[in-house]
Amino acid sequence: MSEELHHVRLHVNGVAHDVAVPPRRLLSDALRHELGLTGTHVGCEHGVCGACTVLVDGRPMRSCLMFAVSAVDCEITTVEGLTNADDSLGPVQQAFLECHGLQCGFCTPGFMTTITAGLEENPSPTEDEARDMIAGNLCRCTGYQNIVKSVLRAAELRDAETTRAQP
Amino acid sequence: MTTKLFGTRVQRVEDQRFLRGQGRYVDDIDAGPHTLHAAVLRSPHAHAKVLEVHVDDVLDLEGVHAVWTYEDLADLSAPMADPLPLLIPHPTLTHARTQYALANGEVNYVGEAIAFVVADDRYVAEDAVGRIRVDYEVLPPVVGIEAARSATALVHEDVPGNVGARMEQSNGDAPAAIAGAPHVLTLDLTVERSACQPMEGRGTVARWDRDIDRLTVWSSTQTSTGVRAAIAVKLGLDLGQVDVVTPDVGGGFGVKINHPWPEELLVPLAARLLGRPVKFVEDRREHFISSAHERGQVHHVEVGFDDDGRLLGLDVEFWHDHGAYTPYGLIVPIITSTQLLGPYKPGAYRVRFESLFTNTVMVTPYRGAGRPQGCFVMERTMDAIAAYLGKDRADVRALNFIQPDEFPYDQGLIFQDGRALEYDSGDYPASLEKLKALVGWEEFPAFKAEMAAQGRQVGIGLACYVEGTGVGPYEGAHVHIETTGKVKVATGLTTQGQGHATVFAQIAADVLGVPLADVQVVTGDTRRMPYAVGTFASRAAVMSGSAIHLAATRAREKVLRIAADALEASEDDLEITDGVVSVKGAPASSIALGTIAVLSNPLRYAFDEQSKMATQFSVGDPGKPPVAEDDEPGLEGKDFYSPERATFASGMHAVIVETDPLTAEIKILKYAVVHDCGHLINPMIVEGQIHGGVAQGVGGALYERMAYDESGQLLNASFMDFLMPYVTEVPTSIDIDHLETPSPLNPLGIKGAGEAGVIPSAAVFAAAISDAEGFSITSMPISPSELFALRRLHQEEPS
Repeated sequence: MSEELHHVRLHVNGVAHDVAVPPRRLLSDALRHELGLTGTHVGCEHGVCGACTVLVDGRPMRSCLMFAVSAVDCEITTVEGLTNADDSLGPVQQAFLECHGLQCGFCTPGFMTTITAGLEENPSPTEDEARDMIAGNLCRCTGYQNIVKSVLRAAELRDAETTRAQP
Repeated sequence: MTTKLFGTRVQRVEDQRFLRGQGRYVDDIDAGPHTLHAAVLRSPHAHAKVLEVHVDDVLDLEGVHAVWTYEDLADLSAPMADPLPLLIPHPTLTHARTQYALANGEVNYVGEAIAFVVADDRYVAEDAVGRIRVDYEVLPPVVGIEAARSATALVHEDVPGNVGARMEQSNGDAPAAIAGAPHVLTLDLTVERSACQPMEGRGTVARWDRDIDRLTVWSSTQTSTGVRAAIAVKLGLDLGQVDVVTPDVGGGFGVKINHPWPEELLVPLAARLLGRPVKFVEDRREHFISSAHERGQVHHVEVGFDDDGRLLGLDVEFWHDHGAYTPYGLIVPIITSTQLLGPYKPGAYRVRFESLFTNTVMVTPYRGAGRPQGCFVMERTMDAIAAYLGKDRADVRALNFIQPDEFPYDQGLIFQDGRALEYDSGDYPASLEKLKALVGWEEFPAFKAEMAAQGRQVGIGLACYVEGTGVGPYEGAHVHIETTGKVKVATGLTTQGQGHATVFAQIAADVLGVPLADVQVVTGDTRRMPYAVGTFASRAAVMSGSAIHLAATRAREKVLRIAADALEASEDDLEITDGVVSVKGAPASSIALGTIAVLSNPLRYAFDEQSKMATQFSVGDPGKPPVAEDDEPGLEGKDFYSPERATFASGMHAVIVETDPLTAEIKILKYAVVHDCGHLINPMIVEGQIHGGVAQGVGGALYERMAYDESGQLLNASFMDFLMPYVTEVPTSIDIDHLETPSPLNPLGIKGAGEAGVIPSAAVFAAAISDAEGFSITSMPISPSELFALRRLHQEEPS
């Protein structure tokens, strides 16, 4: 039983990748194993934990619930794409560093992609809104205390960046 | 001296790679382009004879490279046909049983491994597993403590009564003390099963390198040395042929200390025999049904006390569900039976337990490791005494505390490490005062009355614990100062998110007077430190922290010796700042650590400009050996820390909850923690550990349980149905206050902090809900529907 391969082009973090994948290959597996972007983690494979969250055309998506072949023509952002152009940490990453928002780091990429999209929609969340923003992701280490702080800090850093960018 | 890093909130050095998606967890390991992938056929039955396994349909599937059942193991490697190791034997564990790497004619829990498939990728391997057919003769399953005790069916036919062990310890004559006490109470208490559930499950990658006859294994484990030893024995290899590297680990919480898992042996075996790298990474369902659980116990307590509430005698009998097998021995129930005493003097104490087989996933430590159950039992007893005497719950506890001037305090029992249960230090009255202030204990009655006037129902609870941390036997460290002046530290225990790369670097940097950025820490790599035990029992900071301090001190001694010679000064007059040794008061007279490293290693061959100064025509007294008899080349320090016994951390939690009068929903209004783990290396990291522990505790108290049906099927083996807290379930803030009572047992005065946050949760929530509702909660966890049912029961028959 040889599996039929589909030749597809995946646009990830601004780079186009041509891959040949069976139709059943999950997007999470394709990112990790075909493209070597192992920052996206798989925690449950049934869409509950959120560790595998990536941005598909800017919207958070569980990459374990999507086939790679379904992601053709989409712009995908993974944790590897959250750094600034000069390779310094992006605002969400920097906030996690400053606030001790991670311990084992396994769930962290999913939180950071989720928060990146969340801040795009609501750049100045209240603490309650910060909680809502991350309410679909599981973390077993931090008790979420410092992740909530990281959301608020990321909003500050992002705001400062935007202010700086304006002439 | 460079600014002291110990005790400061240093940002974590390991975060850079995690934040960039560059962490290397086991499934990220690229062991080569021809890596094969494994999947496992697992038993769908809780108890059955395996009559025949039909694999014929699998071998002709394209992409399948091997299919193994038990029948194949003896031919592949003779020791593989034996049961897996009994890791921790104990004289009272008279009927220990461990599973086989692949089921040998019988399965004893849903999830037990039966067949192992290796294929081109995991998808194909799972296809192959789906084609294997097995003939079973289903046997009656034993599920739950009641069924195990009744013994109408047996898990193992040669284990009478399903009893793996019976153990008893006592200090004094508890039954006599209780019989003579003015007041006696009895309590029956239950704690259900839960599990660690790290976000990353188990996984193993192995590569056999035929060019050097050597095996490299990466495993998501809490003990690389334990895994290494087991693999060498089971594969018939010399220890020196096996390297085990623990990559980044996505959480452990206890479950990854058990080893070797069947796959931890089958993967390297396949890699060796097939000549290609092999990877196995379990999925979430596999983690639920084929790793390990904890917590399930039933307790019966008899307690005698005087008119003030002072304990005179405590007699505890409990039943511990250890699941189908006992690889981790009796550690969990021994910890329950000893740490139950907490910060109290029990008067006379007797504890008896039976450790029972059931046809469910085996039980090994989960963060807290038996302490949450013991704490629940002791604290419910304290609350019962206070309620009976009409006294303040904090006052009854304070009356029974071991006092600060009574340390070291010997509880007269044997602890989990085979050593005396002797507390080294603590200040429980001070902790209690801090906690009362933090949570507003004295003000609570007024708040409760105010809420009641608004038709709202609130309750407060508190719970105290003592945690033996940093158990032996030992850990070691190797510190190497390179010729660049950079410091490489290796310790053998493993890391699962605790920030070891940061806190261990803080310790080494302080001793050696170097910037934090110049220290790099490696953990869990047997190539770098082959002697180690593992990460469990809140022991990493105590054990490896102390070992690193000692090893760095040895390196410093050598630094000063060589520098004194080079600078023609006395060692006592030297100081090290920012990686430079100088004479105090004469900073011009100085030498860099890197230069000292050059001088420490007499050379024949230079490799750069700086190293020329160590070559044979440049240095050395021609009349003496280049390396002195009692010296060795290189600027290194190595040492081991092996304490006589554990050091005992302590703490107290309080919670205020509101229970909805209609829906019985339980809401957390305030959560307060006072924690004493001796000197804090990094308060930010300790607080993070507490946050995480509290969240797991909330899960264990209010949401998480293993829902087995009577046939032994785990009904909630997914994150959809096993309710781990999201951010919406944890307290919006956790108020923390520290007390620092140093341990006299180690050079840094530290005690462990990893597990503490989860220990008092069941106790503290049961207390607060009882206070809100006016009746006693005796079984945890508790859901709103259970609370609702309890309300009805108590309305029908008021107690």
